[in-house]
Amino acid sequence: MPTITYIDHDGTERPIEAKNGETVMETAIKNSVPGIDADCGGACACATCHVYVDEAFMDKVGQPEDMEQSMLDFAENVQANSRLSCQIQISDDLDGLRVTTPESQH
Amino acid sequence: MDLSAAKKIVVIGGGQAGAQAVQSLRQFGYEGEITLVGDEAALPYQRPPLSKAYMKGELAEDRLYFKPAAWYEDNKVETLLSQRVEKIDRANRKVLLQHGGHLDYDAVIIATGSRPRPLPIEGADLENVFELRGLSDVEHIQPKMIPGHRLVIVGAGYIGLEAAAVARQLGLEVTVLEMEQRALARVTSPVISSFYEALHMEHGVDVRCGARLGSLKGKDGKLTHAVLASGEEIEADMVLAGIGIIPNVELAQAAGLPCKNGIIVDEDARTSDPRIFAAGDCTVRPLAHYARTGRLESVHNAIEQGKLAAAAIMGKPRPALDCPWFWSDQYDIKLQIAGLSQGHDEVVVRGDIEAKKFAAFYKKNGRLIAVDAINSPPEFIASKRLIMSGASVASETLKDTSISMKEIAAAAA
Repeated sequence: MPTITYIDHDGTERPIEAKNGETVMETAIKNSVPGIDADCGGACACATCHVYVDEAFMDKVGQPEDMEQSMLDFAENVQANSRLSCQIQISDDLDGLRVTTPESQH
Repeated sequence: MDLSAAKKIVVIGGGQAGAQAVQSLRQFGYEGEITLVGDEAALPYQRPPLSKAYMKGELAEDRLYFKPAAWYEDNKVETLLSQRVEKIDRANRKVLLQHGGHLDYDAVIIATGSRPRPLPIEGADLENVFELRGLSDVEHIQPKMIPGHRLVIVGAGYIGLEAAAVARQLGLEVTVLEMEQRALARVTSPVISSFYEALHMEHGVDVRCGARLGSLKGKDGKLTHAVLASGEEIEADMVLAGIGIIPNVELAQAAGLPCKNGIIVDEDARTSDPRIFAAGDCTVRPLAHYARTGRLESVHNAIEQGKLAAAAIMGKPRPALDCPWFWSDQYDIKLQIAGLSQGHDEVVVRGDIEAKKFAAFYKKNGRLIAVDAINSPPEFIASKRLIMSGASVASETLKDTSISMKEIAAAAA
């Protein structure tokens, strides 16, 4: 099982064993990782699961699709490595992935 | 009333609002007992996918649950599933369970949700006539979703249309009957109604507006035909009713809490009893940006009121209120709705309807009050902010796609 490390805005690290096929958002919610709201449950409808992807994994994670990109355009404090975690599906390739959660999703 | 010393909290209802209330209570530092009573067999799960990806078979059941079973154990939340509450005894601060026994409380959160409005016609009890609200409904419906089967959907609301899209994609023959003269008549404007009618017809759905169902006909207790008021008979292997919901207010009403098409609550999701809160579909609440009260059937509302109730109990500052929002997925079209369009006096369309990428903005006295955004997330998100700030935006500006929504939002800020 791949391990995903969630890092709070204040630097606290939470390594979590994730299930292939689930998303980075779902793994966070099921493990009560703070900083991700995911109000819509993963429908790419609310932009409350924003994370920053570790630069080293940017290629493996890939680029956001149009819908996600336009949601991101309006999120707070967006950076070049911003993604909506409900759109990142976990696979063995992403073992070791590190994502940082913003202070607030609103 | 200060309830921050509460030791026993009972949450009645295991839907999105109840689940959120439980999570928020723990998040806000509540350390006392929590009992979640739910009448379904399953732990709290997301309902929206039931008429979308889950019904289509694209989402595994375990992905519907908000939290795994271990979370409830780890967080010392007792879950009483397949249980109903008989009565809230306010004088003695007890919740009586239908199977016997009771729970003492310092505070109660009523999150009893709503139930589908039953078809008020002859034949509604025939085999293969379904409604869609819970996991168990999908369990019954899914085995009948066979290519070539003839499905008649009663009601062209969001649930009915989403189910129609799934059924077509699974290869069923689908007829949608709508009593009103257009689809989604209760919730949106004619421009959006026409768009969805055309979309479904394009995908081979027989959409019939102004068609009143008279009765359902069967043989040996099994459905065979939907019979219109006009006398026309439509062969049907299954019927799915999606004609709206009824808020579950009976418990609150019997306890003497004021209800009017919903349990009446204040800004903190509190009922007239300072120890009793209510959250989700079952409530009538103040609508912050609209200077009126109303009942919202939505994920946003369930989450927000769950948080509000938990915060009020714990004496925390009231969480920021969001603009009401909704969404619907049909075929490859995502509709995102912000705000409430009721009472609008102007509709402004931005974008290209033919290209299936446009938004309908609703204004009242010059102010933006709502948007229906079709495959147009920027229009949705920017409008949320504009609605909350009470901004006036010129219709000419909204129509002009050479000005981005980001610029429009920035200019109005």
